[in-house]
Amino acid sequence: MALDKATVKTIAFLARIKVPEEDLEHLAGEMSNILGWVEQLGEVDTEGVEPMTSGAETTLPQREDSVTDGDARDQVLANAPQPEDGFYAVPKVLE
Amino acid sequence: MTAALTDLTLAEARDGLQAGSFSSVELTRAHSAAVERARPLNAFITETPDLALGLAEASDARRKRGGAAGPMDGIPIAVKDLFCTEGVSTTAGSHILDGFTPTYDSTVTANLKGAGAVMLGKTNMDEFAMGSANMTSYYGPVKNPWKGGDGRDLVPGGSSGGSTAAVAARLCLGAIGTDTGGSIRQPASFCGVVGLKPTYGRCSRWGIVAFASSLDQAGPMARTVRDAAVMLGAMAGHDARDSTSAPVDVPDFEAALSVGVGGLKVGIPKEYVVDGMAAEIGRLWEKGAAWLKESGAEIVDVSLPHTKYALPAYYIVAPAEASSNLARYDGVRYGLRVDGGSLDEMYENTRGAGFGAEVRRRVLIGTYVLSAGYYDAYYLKAQKVRTLIAEDFRRAFETVDVLLTPTAPSAAFAIGEKMDDPIAMYLNDVFTVPASLAGLPAISVPAGLSAGGLPLGLQLIGRPFDEETVLGAAHALEAAAGFDARPPGLDESV
Repeated sequence: MALDKATVKTIAFLARIKVPEEDLEHLAGEMSNILGWVEQLGEVDTEGVEPMTSGAETTLPQREDSVTDGDARDQVLANAPQPEDGFYAVPKVLE
Repeated sequence: MTAALTDLTLAEARDGLQAGSFSSVELTRAHSAAVERARPLNAFITETPDLALGLAEASDARRKRGGAAGPMDGIPIAVKDLFCTEGVSTTAGSHILDGFTPTYDSTVTANLKGAGAVMLGKTNMDEFAMGSANMTSYYGPVKNPWKGGDGRDLVPGGSSGGSTAAVAARLCLGAIGTDTGGSIRQPASFCGVVGLKPTYGRCSRWGIVAFASSLDQAGPMARTVRDAAVMLGAMAGHDARDSTSAPVDVPDFEAALSVGVGGLKVGIPKEYVVDGMAAEIGRLWEKGAAWLKESGAEIVDVSLPHTKYALPAYYIVAPAEASSNLARYDGVRYGLRVDGGSLDEMYENTRGAGFGAEVRRRVLIGTYVLSAGYYDAYYLKAQKVRTLIAEDFRRAFETVDVLLTPTAPSAAFAIGEKMDDPIAMYLNDVFTVPASLAGLPAISVPAGLSAGGLPLGLQLIGRPFDEETVLGAAHALEAAAGFDARPPGLDESV
């Protein structure tokens, strides 16, 4: 799969990463190489094979549905770049 | 005296503390001084000598009262800067976590703290653990304490390169790292130290900055197999805060070392002979098999037919999980924020400025393979191949107890090499990635020197939650290899 500049630009927006225009060409080349290389997986017959979704054969543990955490507002906000009145502040979303 | 204290193994230091031959404060001062002298290696991002001294004093006081917490009490160690540490800056080697100071400890560092371990500082690493040479760190490359024949500076491997460099240079008695596709074992091989990736689920991932959640696992790095066993005992254990943490008991790993390898069946997977592997790696591998045979093990040829597909499957699965995990770095909750006219612009500016080239590349690849229309062709396909790789191992372990392979296809290379070719860099992990995908325990043991005088490791892979057999075989391999080479210049610097 060869990616063009426009596709990389779209992916970069989906990932919310600003990529300078002058980097797009090079990045498209690198990503195309990597995708071309991983495409060798197409040689493997995976008919009827279940996907492996976890690093271990575990069943998700269950516990009582009760609150185990909380009352940590100041801790949660301690590292925020712009905390305001107990909230995270962000650029205006709604006009 | 100072030189002698930094040259001890972790187990020797433990015995010395118990015997009262020296105090944790003396041990800690000697190591903090070594850390300071070794700054040109760039192994640490944050040094915490004052914190360490306080912990050492508390340890000595406990011991005086007769209440030492266990074998790690008073032992100075280094911590990869991927573990959240309460009140101590945690960067993950990234610009985007600028100024982040966790208000809590990861479970593994809390366990070690509870066991009395003394943290000397936070070690340098590839950004978000993505790299095999410690070249992607925002804080600059780490130098391997070993030098090339021409005196060139070499990479320590990655991503836990700061931790292994610190252990090899005698800056700490042991260090902790994380391994997603080889990030403990490959740098251990490059730096001539022992590195153990435990079974997925053996150590809690809670409070470790996430890279690829189905692969990430914490583990110890040390100068001997015994030291790694002692450390793992203090790190491991079930943790309800990590739903993938296994509810299994923590055995006495050190006791497993004395079992020996008599009658043990050691598998040699033929698919681990790869193009471009240095001939001396193949010879060392044969030697390793001969050593284990002489120690009483039986050598069995086995086949892991899907081995060559492990690396490409990994480079779909890991970036996909990374793109999802790294979505949290949005300039809102912690770390860097670069303002923009809208919320989207603020996100894009922050992440554009905060992520380095390799992280950006992997997040974009991950975003692409998870996007509508490509999910089945890439991500689902890779997950199915992963199943086949895990089944290969399961079948092999029906006939053998442990597998022996090289750790890496080469010795350490020069700083700056392989930087223009991501795939050439990824090939460093060709022997470590398969066990990662299968979630298996695996260890790298220093086993010899290359023609250029650089350390080379051999890897042992075991069944899930059978670290004891892996450690026992590693102990036998270590004894037979008798690796006692030291990085040059150590003796002058102390």
